[in-house]
Amino acid sequence: MSAATPVTTATFDEVVLKSSTPVLVDFWAEWCGPCKAVGPILDEIANEYGAKLKVVKLNTDEESAIAMKYGITSIPTLNVYVNGEIVKSIIGAKPKPALLKELADYL
Amino acid sequence: MSEVHDLVIVGSGPAGYTAAIYAARAQLAPIVYEGSVTAGGALMNTTEVENFPGFPEGVMGPDLMDSLRKQAVKFGAKLITDDITEMKLAGEIKTLTDGSGNVLQARSVILATGSAYKEIGLTNEKRLSGHGVSWCATCDGFFFRDKEIAVVGGGDSAMEEATFLTRFASKVVLIHRRDSFRASKIMAERVMNNPKIEIMWNTEVTDVLGDANMTGLKLRNLVTGAESTRDLSGLFVAIGHVPRSELVLGQINCDPEGYVQVEGRTTRTNQSGVFACGDLVDNSYRQAITAAGSGCAAALDAERFLASH
Repeated sequence: MSAATPVTTATFDEVVLKSSTPVLVDFWAEWCGPCKAVGPILDEIANEYGAKLKVVKLNTDEESAIAMKYGITSIPTLNVYVNGEIVKSIIGAKPKPALLKELADYL
Repeated sequence: MSEVHDLVIVGSGPAGYTAAIYAARAQLAPIVYEGSVTAGGALMNTTEVENFPGFPEGVMGPDLMDSLRKQAVKFGAKLITDDITEMKLAGEIKTLTDGSGNVLQARSVILATGSAYKEIGLTNEKRLSGHGVSWCATCDGFFFRDKEIAVVGGGDSAMEEATFLTRFASKVVLIHRRDSFRASKIMAERVMNNPKIEIMWNTEVTDVLGDANMTGLKLRNLVTGAESTRDLSGLFVAIGHVPRSELVLGQINCDPEGYVQVEGRTTRTNQSGVFACGDLVDNSYRQAITAAGSGCAAALDAERFLASH
């Protein structure tokens, strides 16, 4: 079972922006209840769709430079990057069927 | 034919978990649908709960919910972290479908789906959601360090959020439509004595300004009619709640605001075998302890119903 893997300021460029497949970045923090609720759902999506969509998570507390760069002011924010560009931004925790629907183009 | 359960509880929070504790102790083997991203309910996004009896030092909302949850599990409630997406509540056997497509049958159902945040109803409020407009102070306060931000509302939630946000923001402007707060005295006084909070009475938000990110608010004074704009980086909306009754509308009698109607002091709805509790039925008290109390009543009502049917 592969879960969403952590990404840092140091690895963001390589893992996210230069990825050959679309990447879903989960911007989260320890203190955020909805982030904790949606975490296991993203792990499931990583496990089921990992070949098409890379799923990573960025701790906005520890990696605030990246969070600031992308203007994150609400978490969870789920951004999809294709060729280094944000193509989709989902704000807030949503149930799995709703997320799969929003992510359908990348799965 | 699949198994028919005695009781399915839809929703968690103080009402759903308390119903689960009582129903499990009555050996009804309740199935509890906690919600896939809403498990634990509204208190999961709060900080300290100071008024829940039995906790003289206060208790963190998520910790309180975790304790209630454990107590329900201890007595044999089966908790499922998924949503119910469809319910057929008429007749002796109720049919419920969950977010994974499983179909359950039950002789009785307790509705405890709580409430969602009420929106002001502005187009730009929605558009700038996540770009300055926020619904969760505990989640997002951190991102407004040293910024000037606003909270709109006049109840306990607005007081709590405004006070909490002063940990991060340089200034919190509390915008309220009336000239007094409906919040509890202790919470209101805390706000009024906080030097980082500025209160704008008799004021409503008429627009949220900003292109990619929120930059300010358009405001109207409801007494003088004067309009103004103010530069602000964030807006936290705490103007109240709307009951999450959308799945049962048309099957269960609700009042014009969508609150499920129950019979007298009971938790009985108009459908035999269907009970409702917590914020879903309550537009006047709306406390963790009253929700827990009504959850207890719902479990007892369901137990009596099952014993006599």
